[in-house]
Amino acid sequence: MAENVKPRVRVPRSATAGEAFEIKTLISHIMESGQRKDGDGNTIPRSIINHFSCDFNGENVIQATLEGSISTNPYFQFDAVISESGTFTFTWNDDDGSVYTDSKDITVG
Amino acid sequence: MQFTRRDTLVMGAGAAVASFMPLQAFADATDDQIMAFAAGAEVTDGGVELTAPEIAENGNTVPISVSAPGAVAVLILAPGNPLPRVIEFNFGALAGSQSASTRCRLAGTQEVMALAKMADGSVKRTSALVKVTIGGCGG
Repeated sequence: MAENVKPRVRVPRSATAGEAFEIKTLISHIMESGQRKDGDGNTIPRSIINHFSCDFNGENVIQATLEGSISTNPYFQFDAVISESGTFTFTWNDDDGSVYTDSKDITVG
Repeated sequence: MQFTRRDTLVMGAGAAVASFMPLQAFADATDDQIMAFAAGAEVTDGGVELTAPEIAENGNTVPISVSAPGAVAVLILAPGNPLPRVIEFNFGALAGSQSASTRCRLAGTQEVMALAKMADGSVKRTSALVKVTIGGCGG
């Protein structure tokens, strides 16, 4: 398991129904691309987060399939639109099988 | 062995072809990705917007954002990278807009490409030239 993986998410506390708002996510991860070589000329094996998904009350907002060309500490910014209060869940899947999750509550007022 | 003027020219041409080979291989990989993403649909220009810096000083973190109103999926390709695929976004029912931003690695100066698959199955394409000062793919 990659070390010191810490997801961070920014979601507004409240939103207006039917109005799009911005979500930002960042997760600390080395994202080893599998292209680099170590001092002895051996390829360093790939170790990245290969999938990200954001869901709200079980419905999908966005999914992303990541490749080795994504920078260290993958960052995403996207918009969501909701009609009721609930919980956003964020899921990151690591190459080594680990799953990192975070969740944020939001109220529609 | 003596080289005539003609021999030298032929060898020069051969060397030029050889030096373009890896680039050609990258291009083929990119075409494969485009074909796989388009799934038989015709790829047309426009209808998708790709925002990338004109000059990226550090190829390790190049901020890119893509916006494609009406798209269900967006694929970003960097044809100059060892592996052209960068990221594929799939927009769900609750996506507020068909746009997203992230940061990517670029091996060198190249045309970054964005492909958007629309709800009706058509595929749109756009590209943006990014000049990279220091490449970001290591060794």
